[in-house]
Amino acid sequence: MVVGYLSEDETDRIFQALAAATRRDILARAISEEQSVSALARRYQMSFAAVQKHVAVLERAGLVSKQPRGREQLVAARLETLRKAMSLFEQYEQLWHGRAMRIADILADDEGSRQ
Amino acid sequence: MTVLSTTKDPDTLTMTVVTQFEASPDQVWGVWEDPRKLERWWGPPTYPATFTRHDFVVGGQSRYHMTGPAGETPRGWWRIDSLDYPHAIQFANGLAGDDGEPVPGVEPMAGEVIFADLDGGTQMTVVTRFTDLEQMEKMLAMGMQEGMVGALSQIDALLAPVAA
Repeated sequence: MVVGYLSEDETDRIFQALAAATRRDILARAISEEQSVSALARRYQMSFAAVQKHVAVLERAGLVSKQPRGREQLVAARLETLRKAMSLFEQYEQLWHGRAMRIADILADDEGSRQ
Repeated sequence: MTVLSTTKDPDTLTMTVVTQFEASPDQVWGVWEDPRKLERWWGPPTYPATFTRHDFVVGGQSRYHMTGPAGETPRGWWRIDSLDYPHAIQFANGLAGDDGEPVPGVEPMAGEVIFADLDGGTQMTVVTRFTDLEQMEKMLAMGMQEGMVGALSQIDALLAPVAA
C-alpha cells in the first residue's frame, strides 16, 4: 500500500522547502556532491546567513543533513526522501501505461465498428 | 509502442508521459470527451471509473467514482480549465468527499493534454503537476491496483502472438 510513506507534517515541510528555486538548486548540488555552506554562499551571491536559512529549511524537510567538518558545515542530500517521491512517480507512470493501453484498445474498437 | 517516454521531475513534481496512437487527434480527443469512453480507460479493470457528470466545456465540471474490489467507491472531480479542439485540454483533478463534491482545502492536480497529428496517427502528451507528495499518495489510493494490473497486461502483451 502506498499510504504511510510520509506523514502530513513531513510532506508539508518537504514542499515548503522545495518551493524556492535556490533551495532546489542547493539540493541538486548536494545530491551530486557535499557542499559547504560558504561555497554555496559564494555561488548564489547572497549572504552567508541567507544561504544558511535556505539550508535550514531543507534540513527541516529531511532533504539534507548538515555535518561539521573543521570550521565548515557540509551539506549532504538525504536521498531517502527523494526516493519516496520517485517511488510515487513510478506508480503514476504505471497508471498512465495502463491508461494508454486501454485507450489504444478503445480506439481499435472504434476503428472496427466503423468498418 | 504506445508509451514513448516518461519524464519525472521531483523538483517541480511534474510528470510528462508521451504516448502514440494509430488514430486521428479527433478520435483520441473522443476518449476524453465521451464519458462512456473515458470510464473505460480512466480506472484500471479492478477499479473501474463511473462518470456521473462530465461537462466537457471550459469551466465545466465532472464527478466520478471508482469502484474497488471490496465495493469501496473513492470519489473524484474534474474541472475543465481550457479546451482547444483537437489540440489541447487543461483540467484540474481532485479528491471528492462521500457527497461527491470537492474536498475543501485539498488542492487538485493540474493536467495538460496535448495532441499532435503525426501522419494519420496521434502523439498524445500528458503533463501532470502535483502539489505535494501527500496529494500524489491520496490520488493514487483511488486506483492503487494499476501497478499490478499494468504489469500483468504488459506480460500478456509480451506473451501474445505478434499481431500484424
